[in-house]
Amino acid sequence: MRTFGSLLVRGLIVGLLAGLLAGAFAYTMGEPHIDAAIAIEEAGAAHTHDHGEDAAARPLVSRDGQRAGLFLATTLYGVVLGGIFAVAFTLLRRKLRTGDDSYAALSLAAAGFLGIVLVPFLKYPPSPPAVGDPDTITKRTVTYLLTIVIGLLAVWAGVAGSRWAARHGDLARLAGGAAAFLATIVAAYLILPAINEVPGSFPATLLWQFRFASLGTQATLWLLLGFGFAAAVDRRLTRQKVVAA
Amino acid sequence: MAAPARSIAVPAVSPRLLAVALLSVGLLLLLGYLVAFDQGAVSQSGMYLHEVMHDGRHLLGVPCH
Repeated sequence: MRTFGSLLVRGLIVGLLAGLLAGAFAYTMGEPHIDAAIAIEEAGAAHTHDHGEDAAARPLVSRDGQRAGLFLATTLYGVVLGGIFAVAFTLLRRKLRTGDDSYAALSLAAAGFLGIVLVPFLKYPPSPPAVGDPDTITKRTVTYLLTIVIGLLAVWAGVAGSRWAARHGDLARLAGGAAAFLATIVAAYLILPAINEVPGSFPATLLWQFRFASLGTQATLWLLLGFGFAAAVDRRLTRQKVVAA
Repeated sequence: MAAPARSIAVPAVSPRLLAVALLSVGLLLLLGYLVAFDQGAVSQSGMYLHEVMHDGRHLLGVPCH
């Protein structure tokens, strides 16, 4: 058994490394698309002579500063996720019906990615600069956070559904889980407001290249978080230290 | 000689553990707010944090201006 402090520190360190590497993915795969979107944004601003947006002409932080800030953002985001992941692992470990800690960590990471990334992504795909109405930022933030809550609820419903149906066999267990998960998100998707602020002139290819880069960044983060934490709690990997101590 | 794979690595959940765990989550969410949302929807620190984290926010899927 490990103490909570030891688990939390492992989560924070794994999250830091996962965030840093997700930053490397975002830098190579995402930055070119952000640059392209900003070029479109600036070309649009030049045409309309919108002097109300002088901040865009003389930015507070240079583009190079923002590229470096990308690593800061993903790393801190990774630390936050890693810490919360360690807390969730501590509180939920006994409810996960497996004897293997590493397998439990991987399952939890898969559930987290599904609920926190994939469910919000499919309803409100992220948008590059030059897409999005600044006046609706509050609405978009609230609905985004709502989709995360709904995503986690849907995962919980899926687990509950699969356990309820498990008495009828493996096939029923899978079907029950999928049905409860899908029913939850389909209902939520229908109720949540549609948001479509992509200008007709914005290139569809660039939009989706950006979106897949964003999904890849978050997938990298969760994949490394899951496998990293699984390794960090694996007795088979850490056994030598225990013996030596 | 393989070590046993089966183990439960976590301490039992006590009220004290729960309090420490929730406090940790609260502090982490505060940090997360600064990274992902400050000056996104609500302004607390001016534009600086938003501008520094700008590219990361977009690529992490958080709504941005």
